[in-house]
Amino acid sequence: MPKLIKQGQLVEDHWQLAAADETATGYDGPVLVPLSVWLSQREHWLAYAHPVGLLVDGDAEPDEFAADLPHFSLIAIHFPAFTDGRGYSLARLLRERHHYQGELRATGDILRDQLQYLSRCGFDSFQLREGEDPAKALAGLADFSEHYQSALDQPVPLFRRRA
Amino acid sequence: MYIYDEIDQRIIDERVTQFRDQTRRFLAGELSEDDFRPLRLQNGLYVQRHAPMLRVAIPYGHLRSQQLRKLADIARRYDRGYAHFSTRQNIQFNWPELAKVPDILAELATVQMHAIQTSGNCVRNFTSDHFAGVAQDEVIDPRPYAEIMRQWFTFHPEFAYLPRKFKMALNGATHDRAAVFVHDIGINLIHNEQGEIGAQVIVGGGLGRTPIIGSIIKPFLPWQHLLSYCDAILRVYNRYGRRDNKYKARIKILVKALGPEVFAQMVEDEWQYTKDGPSTLTQAEFDRVAAHFQPPAYQAFASDDADYQQHLQSDPAFARWASRNVHGHKQAGYAAVTLSLKRLGTAPGDVTDAQMEAAADLADDYSFGELRVSHEQNLILADVPQHALYALWQRARALNLATPNIGMLTNMIACPGGDFCALANAKSIPIAEAIAERFEDLDYLFDVGELDLNISGCMNSCGHHHVGHIGILGVDKNGSEWYQISLGGHQGYDKHGTPAAIGKVIGPSFAQDEVAGVIEKIVGVYLDQRQDEERFIDTVKRVGIDPFKERVYAKAH
Ligand code: HEM
Ligand code: SF4
Repeated sequence: MPKLIKQGQLVEDHWQLAAADETATGYDGPVLVPLSVWLSQREHWLAYAHPVGLLVDGDAEPDEFAADLPHFSLIAIHFPAFTDGRGYSLARLLRERHHYQGELRATGDILRDQLQYLSRCGFDSFQLREGEDPAKALAGLADFSEHYQSALDQPVPLFRRRA
Repeated sequence: MYIYDEIDQRIIDERVTQFRDQTRRFLAGELSEDDFRPLRLQNGLYVQRHAPMLRVAIPYGHLRSQQLRKLADIARRYDRGYAHFSTRQNIQFNWPELAKVPDILAELATVQMHAIQTSGNCVRNFTSDHFAGVAQDEVIDPRPYAEIMRQWFTFHPEFAYLPRKFKMALNGATHDRAAVFVHDIGINLIHNEQGEIGAQVIVGGGLGRTPIIGSIIKPFLPWQHLLSYCDAILRVYNRYGRRDNKYKARIKILVKALGPEVFAQMVEDEWQYTKDGPSTLTQAEFDRVAAHFQPPAYQAFASDDADYQQHLQSDPAFARWASRNVHGHKQAGYAAVTLSLKRLGTAPGDVTDAQMEAAADLADDYSFGELRVSHEQNLILADVPQHALYALWQRARALNLATPNIGMLTNMIACPGGDFCALANAKSIPIAEAIAERFEDLDYLFDVGELDLNISGCMNSCGHHHVGHIGILGVDKNGSEWYQISLGGHQGYDKHGTPAAIGKVIGPSFAQDEVAGVIEKIVGVYLDQRQDEERFIDTVKRVGIDPFKERVYAKAH
């Protein structure tokens, strides 16, 4: 199983991905359901016995699934390229506006150099791009020891904390 | 000037460490070229025609003499003894070695400088009025706001991977010397009827291949909300700006597609959620930052220094320089001075290590040890006592920094063009050179008077040709270099109250050796047509471009 970075630790990934064209049969354990599948098979997945997660792209509109947030114990935002920054804003919207409390995972084209910004925007787990070593990447979470802006990790901006 | 505290310093030191590791991984083959590119760009590092190019930030154009000496030192030790001031108040080194860039950044950090976000698809270095704090027409000193906003966008975690680059400018004077209407976000600081300070927020201006004058989306934003409101603008842009086509990815395209009213409403909706949140600025923070921008220890001088007046009378060359390069000042007995980096034989904005050191000495001797960089690619000493102007002029002249041409035709803005830039359609430096030669005669130049001439080597418009009174654009015609000419652009408010305007192309383009002659003809039409004290741009506005076209293309008829 590929390793994940989760809350600063290396862990196994126990989630399996629901195929886009199948119904909810034959799965066991936590399943990550793409948004389109969720929307078309919502009833099915609501009845699923194990944890359900939601996989979305960075351009997803939270209003489409905000009402369902309590059902998810994982939301994974997919980055098609690390230079596509939409997922950062989406993450903040989910956390700050929609008060999503569960695991928020960055997947796709994720490298160590993005980890700290992602974590400041509310991601707490990271599935790195294939071929990247998560053990080496861990240090990327702590490149900077202080930040100017208000963000998830520190909502009080530096200017309100300066002596 | 703003002085870093321990935290500001720690943040840029940590950046050096981070970038050193990124460079190491790249050179060791652990980071591919594609993965490294966006990272190095966020640190001002381009790979150009000849070598990497490193762009160093000069936030809102402010420099201490010690910083300028460090830049000179870097030019000498890591480059070929010169550097280039850009049109966005940055400085560029054209030949650094990639492996040495982390060392350069470490050197910069020792004088509180960096290359953070000077390129890449992120919020870029903020620009402002180069006469901030001293201009007679200043309403609100923009510098504390500019510094507060510099800190806000530095390593902003949400907006490091925008659809495209994002440039902001801030103005606090009646005249707009910051070109706020041609930026992604432009901010005019103003008072409302109650005398409170706020921002007129302009969005979606820009030059490049689709030149657009920005739209005012918020006529008055109380200053306390600057950060949360700009966060809202950037969030809307980050989420909805186009990412499928690099040429349509700037915010101006989004604003145009949605319409400014719809865009403004989206920002307003977004802003409602964060409006009074923790990012709301406090008076305490404003005061902390503003304390760094208190006026220097001015002495009480008479407003018209007798010695200065006498030199103006007795030395015509000095008087000529003073008429162009010496600017009015808020403080009696003081003046701001432009050291012109535009002179025959050098590319506009180029400066040698020795000149930088000499300019630093001048700043120490005459202007409280501080300088500014203008978007017109010159250096400014903002606080010079009038009685010292004559001595300053003599020294500046010996250094080749006293060309008396500010605001006039030979104070051209030109991009590096085909001599240095891989994207160029055409060279721009030889064109600038040919025109400078043509207008070398100072009597002629002074007779022509105020005129902005801007040259870009391609549609990317680094030389701001769209907003030149005369604009020259390099174009490619079947693989050879041609030049298109436009008239009537300007970057700030004109006397009719138009905030900025894009010049109109006069017709088919010209070969390289024709350009200087064409410019001379255009100027000739102006000299024939002008009324009274009318400036070039006002004549163009009054008579339109037809008379110019007629003369320029006469031969072909
Ligand atoms: C030598 C290498 C350079 C390259 C490859 C380069 C590339 C570019 C490109 C591609 C753009 C357009 C971006 C867009 O689509 O919006 C641009 C814009 C710009 N560049 Fe450069 N540039 C170079 C040098 C310079 C220099 C030396 C200056 C300053 C003198 C400069 C100032 C600007 C400015 C101010 C703009 C923005 C124009 C606008 O408002 O859209 N560039 N550059
Ligand atoms: S305008 Fe074009 S030629 Fe000039 S520097 Fe910019 S990209 Fe290069």
